[in-house]
Amino acid sequence: MDPSTEIVRLVVNGQSREVGVPTHFTLLEALRYVLGLTGTKQGCDKGDCGACTVIVDGEPVLACLTPVWEAEGREVTTVEGLAGPEGIHALQDCFDLHGAAQCGFCTPGILCSAAALLAGNPSPTREEIREAIAGNLCRCTGYAKIYDAVEAAALRTGGPQG
Amino acid sequence: MAIIRDMIPAFDLFQPASVEDALALLAEHGEDAWVLAGGLDTFDWLKDRIKRPKAVVDLSGVEELTGIRDTGAGIEIGAMTPLSRVVGDPRVRADFALLREAAEHVATPQIRNQGTLGGNLSQDTRCWYYRSGWPCYRAGGNTCYASAPKAMNREHCILGRSRCVAVSPSDTAPALIALGARMVVRRAGSESIHEAQDFFIGPATDIQRMTVLRAGDLLTAVRIPEDWAGARHYYEKVRDRGSWDFALVSVAAAFRMDGDTIGDARIAVNGVAPFPVRLDSVERMVVGHAPDEALATEAGELAVAGARPLRHNDYKVPLMRNLVRRAIRSVA
Ligand SMILES: Cc1cc2nc3c(=O)[nH]c(=O)nc-3n(C[C@H](O)[C@H](O)[C@H](O)COP(=O)(O)OP(=O)(O)OC[C@H]3O[C@@H](n4cnc5c(N)ncnc54)[C@H](O)[C@@H]3O)c2cc1C
Ligand code: FES
Ligand code: FES
Repeated sequence: MDPSTEIVRLVVNGQSREVGVPTHFTLLEALRYVLGLTGTKQGCDKGDCGACTVIVDGEPVLACLTPVWEAEGREVTTVEGLAGPEGIHALQDCFDLHGAAQCGFCTPGILCSAAALLAGNPSPTREEIREAIAGNLCRCTGYAKIYDAVEAAALRTGGPQG
Repeated sequence: MAIIRDMIPAFDLFQPASVEDALALLAEHGEDAWVLAGGLDTFDWLKDRIKRPKAVVDLSGVEELTGIRDTGAGIEIGAMTPLSRVVGDPRVRADFALLREAAEHVATPQIRNQGTLGGNLSQDTRCWYYRSGWPCYRAGGNTCYASAPKAMNREHCILGRSRCVAVSPSDTAPALIALGARMVVRRAGSESIHEAQDFFIGPATDIQRMTVLRAGDLLTAVRIPEDWAGARHYYEKVRDRGSWDFALVSVAAAFRMDGDTIGDARIAVNGVAPFPVRLDSVERMVVGHAPDEALATEAGELAVAGARPLRHNDYKVPLMRNLVRRAIRSVA
């Protein structure tokens, strides 16, 4: 085996996965090109756009700037893992109902940032929603419908006082 | 602007579990080694294949470098402490709110979750000629592309230039200078402590480094003394975009009041020079005076004395002047 290749054990969307990757791979490359989880997008690949946002141990991070080995043994949730046994996540449904996605390229990252927000703060203010997705650029929607959708999802899942 | 040239070139990865082991690895690999903290600045360089370290020393497994502890004489923040943890720390909030505000203004939530305080202070400049791999002075070449006649230099410096006109990008740096912080730097066999403002160096001292750190050095911690705990403070960062961006100009100031007059003050500005600038002369001028409009105006004028804008950044002069003015006004 190439000496710079290693086996990394990841827990992605609740499932244990082993990937054989070069040490210089990012988590994003492992997700998309080894595990085939292409929901997480590769936009700028440099930290600027947030399209690659995934949730690691409850916190939104940029998969494009996370070395794959850094995710070893931690819980990684991608957009593919947001839906539960009862169906899609309230955010996903509300994004649909509110027209919060146009081209959709930013959507997986925004859903992850918003899901991490709601998990820790079930009834965020609009300002908190803005701040939570400040690192996710959207070139299509103008954000208003995204904020509406997150607010609607919060009402459904947490409501006032959570 | 992101230029994706290729995948990252291969390197040997080292994952020490202690500072001692990290220092030994850095000593062994010398100039070939690269310290990896949160990776946000690191991966930018590696992806562009502009920096090609042979050995990457990942600090993420060095537990002793993460965390915030009371020293009895202030607090000590481990270099690997994520910025989001600095922002959320109750002690930082209560006593050193200036640092909290500055750290909260760094980049995006994701980047604050991943980026470390040590990395934020040690990060390289964002001059895009340099970042794009142009062979400028800072890269070991023999010209500065950013000060050439047709150069785009809206974000560059107005003070402190010496061949290089890049600026320091760190938002936490001016806050730590204003709080009188000290940086703990270790290398195999020795330790040195630097006043925050001396941790950053300009191109006149060494055009290829932004800080005192040399190959083999590790910034292990930042110590904030009790001196300015709970002090009145002012922080403002002006950036092009509201959601996130590097500072065009930022100001961080701490004040101790003596009745209606300023008893003591520490003021630092960033985005204006290749290093964060401590405004000692302004501090001396304002101490002992009431922070009225006349003093604020005078302070702003003194702050920009000697500023030399480039072709596209003369706006930074009034911006810096007014931010310093607002800082003084804030304690009126
Ligand atoms: C899109 C984007 C926007 C950003 N916006 C801002 C902003 O608005 N304000 C701001 O202040 N910053 C900003 N940053 C910078 C970001 O906060 C820093 O890049 C980040 O904090 C670097 O920290 P890190 O932990 O990721 O370190 P790394 O990227 O791993 O390291 C950075 C550099 O410091 C060295 N280093 C790191 N830790 C140590 C140590 N303990 N001892 C010795 N050397 C060390 C590394 O070798 C490397 O050269 C932005 C970055 C990105 C990608
Ligand atoms: S792809 Fe990661 S931030 Fe753009
Ligand atoms: S929907 Fe197109 S970028 Fe957001």
